[in-house]
Amino acid sequence: MDPDLVPDLELDCRGLLCPQPVIDLARRIGEVPVGGVVAVVATDAAARHDVPAWCRMRGQEYVGQDTADDGVARYVVRRTT
Amino acid sequence: MSERGEAPRSESGSDGAAARGAYLDAASTEPLHPVARTTFLAALDAGYADPRRLHHPGRTARLLLDNARAVVAECLEVRSDEVTFTGSGTEAVHRGLLGLAAADAGRGRRVVLAEVEHAAVRHAAQWWGEPTLVGVDRGARVDRDALAAALAEGPAAAVALQSANHEVGTLQPVDEVELPPGTQLFVDACASMGRVPLPRTWQALAGSAHKWGGPAGVGVLLVRRGARWTSPFPADDRSDHRASGFENVPAALAAAAALQAVVAERDDLGARQHAWIARIRAAAAAIGDVDVVGDPERRLPHLTTFSVLYVNGEQLVTELDRRGFGVASGSACTASTLEPSHVLAAMGALTHGNVRVSLTRSTTDAEVEAFCAVLPEVVAGLRDGS
Repeated sequence: MDPDLVPDLELDCRGLLCPQPVIDLARRIGEVPVGGVVAVVATDAAARHDVPAWCRMRGQEYVGQDTADDGVARYVVRRTT
Repeated sequence: MSERGEAPRSESGSDGAAARGAYLDAASTEPLHPVARTTFLAALDAGYADPRRLHHPGRTARLLLDNARAVVAECLEVRSDEVTFTGSGTEAVHRGLLGLAAADAGRGRRVVLAEVEHAAVRHAAQWWGEPTLVGVDRGARVDRDALAAALAEGPAAAVALQSANHEVGTLQPVDEVELPPGTQLFVDACASMGRVPLPRTWQALAGSAHKWGGPAGVGVLLVRRGARWTSPFPADDRSDHRASGFENVPAALAAAAALQAVVAERDDLGARQHAWIARIRAAAAAIGDVDVVGDPERRLPHLTTFSVLYVNGEQLVTELDRRGFGVASGSACTASTLEPSHVLAAMGALTHGNVRVSLTRSTTDAEVEAFCAVLPEVVAGLRDGS
């Protein structure tokens, strides 16, 4: 994924267990316009699989994974609808 | 309504009566088949002796053990001398896979396996040295191009594929997979043995009796005549050179009796179970935002898996249990490791809110309908509360 991509919204889901990061993503993706980008920063092991699965199920675009400044995994989603 | 924490149970009432719950976790273990119970009790008295001894009780035990082996061979359409009883399905996996690898140790420490193999196979491959994982498609079928590429990179001491997936039920088309000449294949058939015919093209194969209604503590290891197999563990001077430890004759005989019974009834029972699982898959899909996982048709008859978006798997299992339904889950919060199921992850399936439902031979239509009725209520309740 593009290293210069700056998310419109970053959700701090550090310490939250599944399915909370995905619930937060679903609740808040509406805060960015269609075409906008949301990043989910999550320590939970399931988020790596469940953010892409959520995108597939909800028709959103999974952009990819990178890391936040503190090294925690960050999952990037583009709103398509 | 059963109390929280009480074991779920099947209500064996007349058809049409509303079921209050059911044990729907046959894929973890099928309740003991009545034939296995009868056989086991009789064999405890008749088959206690050491089958290697030449005295009368010893010869009786040997006769019973040979009989158990012959029955299993007939049920699985293999030769009697290809059948070994082990102390568990896991031990059969270890001896099967590692025995092939040990015989081909000159090919190195690599074992090539599908990403969705059971943990017992993964751990065995790790123990041998260098596991090479091959990806699967969304249905859990192995990527044959990736498998061929992995084998083109260098020799493998063995390849491991499952006959059917233990979590999602998808049948692995083992007989259609082509391996380089001389590469030996181990098949983990623990999830499918007795329920569907075995694949044909393997050198060693493992099964587990408690998964088909036999007692726990009996595994079946098949090693093809002509396969290269060497014991990966210390030898033992028992009646079967592929096994170790004192033979559990009563349990082996009970396992064989149960296998014979389930093979005899599987055409009829399998068709009913297949239709019930289709009903459960449809009911789960109708809830909305549910990922119904695995091949809808080419699957084991009795099991399915689905994942419910926005729901915690542990809460889902607990709430279903409170209503009398015992099911399993592959979600991280239900695992001792706090890692989600590697099977669901490999398939790209949703891993949270996961439920595996598997039917026993005594599951009734009323139980399936009751489960399908309760599921949407339970999901709605948990989603409202989140």
